[in-house]
Amino acid sequence: MNLFHEMTKKPWLVDPTEASSVREVGAFFLPAGKVGLRVFLVVVTVVFTLITIAYADRMLFANWLPMQEPWVLWLNTAFLIASSVAMQWAHNGTRQNNLNGVRDGLIWGGVLTFAFLTGQLYVWQQLVDLGYYANTNTANAFFYLLTAAHGLHMAGGLVAWWRSFARMRRGASVADLRLSVELCTTYWHYLLLIWLVLFALFLVS
Amino acid sequence: MSNGMLEETQVIPLAEVEEVDLYHAHHWITKYVFCQDAKVIAIQYSATAILIGLVGLVLSWMMRLQLGFPEVFDFIDAESYYQYVTMHGMIMVIYLLTALFLGGFGNYLIPLMVGARDMVFPYMNMLSYWVYLLAVIVLTVSFFVPGGASGAGWTLYPPQAISEGTPGIDGGIILMLISLVLFIIGFTMGGLNYVVTVLQARARGMTLMRMPLTVWGIFVATILALLAFPALFVAGVMMLLDRVLGTSFFMPEMIVQGEMTSHENGSPLLFQHLFWFFGHPEVYIVALPAFGVVSDIISTHARKNIFGYRMMVWAIVAIGGLSFIVWAHHMYVSGMNPYFGFFFATTTLIIAVPTALKVYNWVLTLWKGNIHLSIPMLFCVAFILTFVNGGITGLFLGNVIVDIPLSDTMFVVAHFHMVMGIAPILVIYAAIYHWFPKMSGRMLHEGWGQFHFWVTFLGSYLIYFPMHYLGFIGVPRRYFEIGETSFIPPSSVTLNEFITVTVLIVGFAQVVFIANIIISIFKGKPADSNPWNATSLEWQTAETPPGHGNFGDELPVVYRWAYAYSMPGVEADFVPQNLPPDQVRRTGSTTGPVAEDPPELHQ
Repeated sequence: MNLFHEMTKKPWLVDPTEASSVREVGAFFLPAGKVGLRVFLVVVTVVFTLITIAYADRMLFANWLPMQEPWVLWLNTAFLIASSVAMQWAHNGTRQNNLNGVRDGLIWGGVLTFAFLTGQLYVWQQLVDLGYYANTNTANAFFYLLTAAHGLHMAGGLVAWWRSFARMRRGASVADLRLSVELCTTYWHYLLLIWLVLFALFLVS
Repeated sequence: MSNGMLEETQVIPLAEVEEVDLYHAHHWITKYVFCQDAKVIAIQYSATAILIGLVGLVLSWMMRLQLGFPEVFDFIDAESYYQYVTMHGMIMVIYLLTALFLGGFGNYLIPLMVGARDMVFPYMNMLSYWVYLLAVIVLTVSFFVPGGASGAGWTLYPPQAISEGTPGIDGGIILMLISLVLFIIGFTMGGLNYVVTVLQARARGMTLMRMPLTVWGIFVATILALLAFPALFVAGVMMLLDRVLGTSFFMPEMIVQGEMTSHENGSPLLFQHLFWFFGHPEVYIVALPAFGVVSDIISTHARKNIFGYRMMVWAIVAIGGLSFIVWAHHMYVSGMNPYFGFFFATTTLIIAVPTALKVYNWVLTLWKGNIHLSIPMLFCVAFILTFVNGGITGLFLGNVIVDIPLSDTMFVVAHFHMVMGIAPILVIYAAIYHWFPKMSGRMLHEGWGQFHFWVTFLGSYLIYFPMHYLGFIGVPRRYFEIGETSFIPPSSVTLNEFITVTVLIVGFAQVVFIANIIISIFKGKPADSNPWNATSLEWQTAETPPGHGNFGDELPVVYRWAYAYSMPGVEADFVPQNLPPDQVRRTGSTTGPVAEDPPELHQ
């Protein structure tokens, strides 16, 4: 759809070709689920952008004590990258009509994401043991806020992942799984991107 | 590239194009309670919003009783007064107006007006309502926790909102923030539906520029809400952490009752920026659907096409875009850099241009129209007047130098109630009178409608016109009691009494309106399927009220825009959007395709 072309039409002039030429598709040649996910990712981006702006603004204030990033975060990042790769593997499986590939990709994607979330909780535990409480410094508070927001989004992703996985276990065909696996994969890649930006932010601040 | 796309569309079979899998209810619980039909969800949203709106209305009576007759009512003390102010504001802006326009009218009208069977994600749509209901319940519960509801003012500015001495610090503010977070989660589920349905589920022939302006208004407002509510979400979560975990996102170092608090170096200004980055688009989240509804109702009841349809669409989009760069005009008194203020004053004045364009176009639509002064039309004309009034005082307040002395006075209360309270509410009434016959199959009582209109319209002017004057002479807002103040003349006391009495009378008219709705649902005059002779698709359904799936066996095909009224050379004074050109009856009883008409006939 060329938006500019659409929005400069003069609907009061009757165009005889119009009714017949409009096909039974929406504005984008995509299933509604994909459009919906993209709109949702825009909303997610706004949420993380606003927290990041608040973070950057707050850094300028006095009394900002950045904390040391535990090395486990690097491991968690590796888990998340691997989970994204696994989801891509499942997605490729749907394209090649390879049910085994879809299954392995989905299982590894879920396991690695679970490992990432467990690792994040372990980081929290470590930081609390070291005395980095949320109320001792706002840098800590932002760290907990951002990791929690990202972790909750990942956990939400796992709900969608579980639905695809359960459908696969009930014996759905590759064609039936294609859309939901693709949506999960897009979501995983995007949340990985967000995590990399957040991690970089923690490292430079 | 375009060739590739064309080929792609030709091979896409219907099933892949999201022909909505209609969910069929088999039990009364899934049919009327946990229902996935957008029309039922719309009615659930509307009923809940109106119910909580009535609570907001009663709260406004309490405030006015105190302002009009201080020291008369023992049960109103300063604490409860601030709780009334806070809850009234929050309920009206978010839980009534936003929910009713988007959740209520959005759900009912989008699928019907674009020719879809339902929203594209019906299950999520249902969840959206139940999360909204939960948010409303959590908000209501906050009245009954120890310490009562929050009394922080509807903007919930920290540090005061979560500091000792503010009412509702114990539980009220926590529940308020939780409720807001829930509301935003629920809204996001609904909002995704509204946007994707408009983009992807339109009927054949319903191009973007053939959509009724109501759909355009709700569509752009939903996009604004999806982009703006995250700011409130972030602010709400961060303040909740400040209050519950003792973090210092917004809370600065303070000494409270002689003791240092544990907070350090938080930024209250950061909250204000986040809040108003949501708060100003929120004005247009409420206003844009109202603009759309007014355009459609005026055009239908004046039997004339809307003047400047394209400009109306572009203005909606432009206002939506501009609304994201004006937020700090709510913060002139926060001590901002003068250049910053200059920027925001300029953008604020620029936004008046597309807004004024819309007002001119409404007036020009009325010009030489065949005006039917039906109740919906009366409310729409009243809206135009009220919106111009409220808009012009907005130009005053948009200027830093005028805003600073007026900011803390009743002038601001009068301004935003005119532009954001009365104006959208008048449109909501217009919309209810207009679409009630479609929703229920019965007409609302005309006489009671006239009573409701005149008392509400004249009454709201009697309330808010004098309030501008009160503001000019310096009567402050937010004060529980002014007492003896040298610069405030005794006449202001009389004026306050007058306003309070008028508020109660106008409030009574709203009770009559609710009674009219309830009685008409059961005993109203039966309405035929298209009582206003309107062109848009919702009036062309086979059944009234429309059944599950909206359009019977076949989805409509759209041949023209929604404003084909009083077309020269055509027998009827309206041509429905889905009437095939060869069935349009020409004067002289011949039929023929309108498509062959020379274009100037349709100007």
